[in-house]
Amino acid sequence: MTTVSSSEGAGVPGIDLRGGHVRGGTPVVLSELTCVFGSTVALDGFSLDVGPGELLALLGPSGCGKTTALRILAGFQEATSGRVFVDGRDVSSLPAQKRGMGMVFQSYSLFPNMTALDNVAFGLRLRKIGSGERRARAMALLEMVQLADRAGRYPHQLSGGQQQRVALARALAIEPQVLLLDEPLSALDAKVRAQLREEIRALQRRLFITTVFVTHDQDEALTMADRVAVMRGGRLEQVGPPAELYRSPETPFVAEFVGTMNRLPGRLTSAGRVSVLGRELGARGAVGGLGTEVDVLVRPEDLMLSPAPEASGIVTSVTFRGAQSRVEVLLSADLGVKVDVASAKAVALSPGSLVEVELSPACERPLVDKKSSRQAEASGAAPAAI
Amino acid sequence: MSAGVSVTGPEVLSGPGGLPGATTAAGRHRKGLLYWRGRRLRPWRFAVLAVAGAYFLVPLWAAFRFSLAYNGTGWSLEAYVDLGSQQGFAPAIWLSAQLAIVATGLELVLMVPTAIYVHLRLPKVKRVMDFVTSLPIVVPPVVLILGVLAVAPEKLKATPFLLALEYVVLAVPLSWRALDAGVRALDVHTLVDASRSLGGGWAVTVLRVLLPNMRVAILSATVLTVALVLGEFTMASLDLQQTFPTWIYVYSQSNGHVSVAAAMLSLFVTWVVLVGVSALAGRRGGREIALV
Ligand SMILES: Nc1ncnc2c1ncn2[C@@H]1O[C@H](COP(=O)(O)OP(=O)(O)O)[C@@H](O)[C@H]1O
Ligand SMILES: [Mg+2]
Repeated sequence: MTTVSSSEGAGVPGIDLRGGHVRGGTPVVLSELTCVFGSTVALDGFSLDVGPGELLALLGPSGCGKTTALRILAGFQEATSGRVFVDGRDVSSLPAQKRGMGMVFQSYSLFPNMTALDNVAFGLRLRKIGSGERRARAMALLEMVQLADRAGRYPHQLSGGQQQRVALARALAIEPQVLLLDEPLSALDAKVRAQLREEIRALQRRLFITTVFVTHDQDEALTMADRVAVMRGGRLEQVGPPAELYRSPETPFVAEFVGTMNRLPGRLTSAGRVSVLGRELGARGAVGGLGTEVDVLVRPEDLMLSPAPEASGIVTSVTFRGAQSRVEVLLSADLGVKVDVASAKAVALSPGSLVEVELSPACERPLVDKKSSRQAEASGAAPAAI
Repeated sequence: MSAGVSVTGPEVLSGPGGLPGATTAAGRHRKGLLYWRGRRLRPWRFAVLAVAGAYFLVPLWAAFRFSLAYNGTGWSLEAYVDLGSQQGFAPAIWLSAQLAIVATGLELVLMVPTAIYVHLRLPKVKRVMDFVTSLPIVVPPVVLILGVLAVAPEKLKATPFLLALEYVVLAVPLSWRALDAGVRALDVHTLVDASRSLGGGWAVTVLRVLLPNMRVAILSATVLTVALVLGEFTMASLDLQQTFPTWIYVYSQSNGHVSVAAAMLSLFVTWVVLVGVSALAGRRGGREIALV
């Protein structure tokens, strides 16, 4: 551990708040992790690289193995096979207490018998740091999470958000090489959650600490992370920057899990081309012969509406969302689509309006999937709503 | 008497004293029926309270009154004054105290790690434990001690500490329930993970994190075991040991007043211990944990 005590009173002794310039950040590699519990395969050949100082979000539906991956990285759980490398070293056989990773848990994990200050100082105490310095450092960390005035409180005297902030300070106190967060915000209410997102992100940037953030909330992943790794059934589905996942998902699962997706009926016309809503264009993931009926995945902002008295589309709802409004249109008895429209235009629409739906010119190379029954569509759309 | 103590123990600890916010200014000053801490005691409640109270207090009062009537009538503390000099009194007290200390020590050493381990590593065994630990209640003490006396090695039988071992078994149902509730109230998995991620090995995790948070449960297991040892009669008498309860019984044949005085004294001491423990448990910020 490199402890550079700074003499400035305001800073965190031992933790350089401009960390990025001092510490280089630590790369983490998960290689071919498999983890089996009885008959459950929690991880199935899961590999992932996390760059130095990067905030990577592990995103996926409940039960897809996110926590298991994190616990293996932390050393709480042994993988059935596979390796973990931190800073190029294989730490697979190192017990959790020797890995020096800070962790914040989903449930409140502060030690109930200790004050906020003692909780933060716990790791420093185990590192045999003298009581004066320990106290000063713990206090500085509490200041960093804006809880210096609650130093003497016990966990049960703190709100959920405050408890998670103390837990964050406690995890950072040991100057971890890697910070692990397992759905730390999921027990909090929306407002506190949004605020803490920003605080965690800002802190992480400032300390330039390699961070893995587990969440099942796509908003959280997209807004906070440098890169998002989408998991499904113990495997990595796709990893990339939020915009890339959103704009060019590689699989229908990612497409529908990240953001909102419409499934429109289409037909393959020639190699790699599909006809949908009266237009023919290049497509990705097209499988099957000519004339195969497929679903074409199109985002709400890639559709356009025009009012037309003879049209077959009926507006069922208009939801104001600031600059854009989300308009739901029924194209046929079993086909509803969501369309994003500039709010200025949407004022002309109301439930019952007849509209024509077209692909916008901006829509390029949409993803194509096997045609699903309408029921499958309903359940396919569900993860995005979680 | 001992049964009375171990039954009231948890109630004293978790206490009727903690009716939150029951005392309101308005409540205290209202007139009319009986009030207790601002709550109106409705007649039927009062009746139940009175009957239950009488059930517990009248025998105690009668015993106390009897212990004061040293020379047949009147009020006198002589029985209490004489107690210390009675033949066999001090050794019996000393033996009971030793047994209580040894049995409680063994009980905690055995059951605290068991409770932690079962919750952390063997969650499926919890139900089995609930059943196994209730066996000492199901099997009558007479059967237990006769069985043990039949098979115990002579060397062990020659010492009173065979009895301590028996008490460890007898106290398992009480201590398991107290400790189980204590561990249950904690999120042990997360606390252990948190401690380990901060660099805590097993010893540190158990000593600094788990045990302090199980303080109330450990204290209540202690109180229950001590109360049991101080009051147990059947096993002690069949094992031919002169513990405090057997001494009271034997002595009552010759001087009833003094033996009842001894019983009253032991009740008082146990009660003081209970109050002391509940004060200790209520001190400081720790979360309230249900006792049994
Ligand atoms: N200790 C365990 N014993 C048995 N099964 C487990 C254990 N931990 C996780 N699992 C199973 O592994 C799968 C993945 O769990 P988890 O990693 O917790 O998912 P997530 O965090 O993504 O919701 C689930 O099906 C879960 O039931
Ligand atoms: Mg999880």
